[in-house]
Amino acid sequence: MVKTWVARHISTVKVMLHGAALLPLCWLAWQTFSQQLGGDPVQYLTHFTGKGALNLLFITLLISPVAKWIKWGFLLQTRRLLGLWVLAYALIHVGIFWLLDLAGRIDLFVEEVIKRPYITLGLIALLLLIALGITSANRIRRKMGRNWQKLHNWVYLIVLLVPIHYYWSVKSAVFEPTIYLIIAALLLLLRRQKLMAYIPKKIRPKVA
Amino acid sequence: MTKKILSSDITPESVYLNRRNIIKASGLIAGSAAVSPAAHAGIFGLFEDEVVVPEQAVYQPKPLTIAKKVPNNLSEVLTPESKVTSHNNFYEFGTDKTDPIENSKGFNPEPWSIRIDGEVENPRTFSMDEILKNHPIEERIYRLRCVEAWSMVIPWLGFSLADLIKKVNPTSKAKYVAFQTLYDPKQMPGQASRLGGGIPYPYVEGLTIAEAMHPLTLLSVGLYGKTLPAQNGAPIRLVVPWKYGFKSIKSIVKITLTEKEPPTTWQALASNEYGFYANVNPQVDHPRWSQATERRIADGFRAERIDTLMFNGYGDEVASLYKGMDLRKFY
Repeated sequence: MVKTWVARHISTVKVMLHGAALLPLCWLAWQTFSQQLGGDPVQYLTHFTGKGALNLLFITLLISPVAKWIKWGFLLQTRRLLGLWVLAYALIHVGIFWLLDLAGRIDLFVEEVIKRPYITLGLIALLLLIALGITSANRIRRKMGRNWQKLHNWVYLIVLLVPIHYYWSVKSAVFEPTIYLIIAALLLLLRRQKLMAYIPKKIRPKVA
Repeated sequence: MTKKILSSDITPESVYLNRRNIIKASGLIAGSAAVSPAAHAGIFGLFEDEVVVPEQAVYQPKPLTIAKKVPNNLSEVLTPESKVTSHNNFYEFGTDKTDPIENSKGFNPEPWSIRIDGEVENPRTFSMDEILKNHPIEERIYRLRCVEAWSMVIPWLGFSLADLIKKVNPTSKAKYVAFQTLYDPKQMPGQASRLGGGIPYPYVEGLTIAEAMHPLTLLSVGLYGKTLPAQNGAPIRLVVPWKYGFKSIKSIVKITLTEKEPPTTWQALASNEYGFYANVNPQVDHPRWSQATERRIADGFRAERIDTLMFNGYGDEVASLYKGMDLRKFY
């Protein structure tokens, strides 16, 4: 019954998902401008949007296995909008880092990207996300043919890079980044058969 | 151009009346992570240990009589009191910058005493009342530079650490001074759970005897005209203005003079990142943060990026302590 409703009202579901993704940002903006984030909100804003992007990425990558498992194929239609929200959060995250943390200085930004491995990783992940975002339009997808799927499989690299970026960025308290890494590994494990193709035959383990 | 700043010139402390409600609300969002994934504490906020704190802080800072205001030539604007007291690294009360003001509400620094022992002729315990009675309180405006590349300008109240150490007569073997924060997991929830970032407690720090006896090295008992709020290290803390902030250990219960270099918390955790000396040095980067510049938290919403000064701008006074030392090696 729920299934039929969701299948028929997939556009409504999409609008609800947009709202759910947008709401935390409104909350964040309200907290910021009513000065409830303490003496210096920059770190909080950076962490909030960074974790938001990662949480959304996990949800995006959960859609396919869940849809397959409960046989709700139409859920796949929500993946693009969720993926674009991942990109939006990631862009805001980097924007806050560059404009507020580094005060918009390009020299500092370049220096940080080169010098700090965790920021290098983060930027690689962002560039990949941008590539996926740009090619997410139907028109481009059709033009790209089989290459489109090849390109979009890079999301499996992104989902590993981002938790490592998080793990390397913390001073202590590695518990939470460790959990994120484990979730990323589980999401990849769900796709082990598909990912096997990327491992050279010689060293490929036999997994059912 | 330089100008003198009095603490009275600065924005008065603003009170975050709504704070507790806000924190509750963000917990709510964390709970509905499936719908609103970008929750405050990440998707694992749910599993955080609940910290029970009173609605109002049990300890309220009291006005202190200032015997002497040290003339200050800093041209920088003071960091407003509301920011000094709401943006804190004090892992004993949680690792987020806004955690200490909230989670320290149950902390009561009264009564308090400090034990001074080790390589001294007269080891003894000083009560806080005794310390306040015997040391005229000075106001000193210092820059505070965090290793995370943000900084503040704070009107501390206190007296030179040397004045206290002289009272116990260090022996000729006293080469270093070790400090220890209170260990009391009941009052400091971070010491009892993951909230505290998984660092070993009690927090310990250390200085060379020359650094400890330097007149700039302050034992602070207050800021902005009042005793220290819990989240800033009540009732007594160290302030070493030419070193990264983590050296300025809070809520001190024990000072031990030693012959050998004492262990320090962050160095023990990651000696490739945090050295014993930890002098502010724009030429030596931290693996996670460039130290060439810093974000000065002042009165605006956005903190400006400014160049970091060698020894945090106190080179004239302290550079001689490190003559002939390779500061890349002894970071």
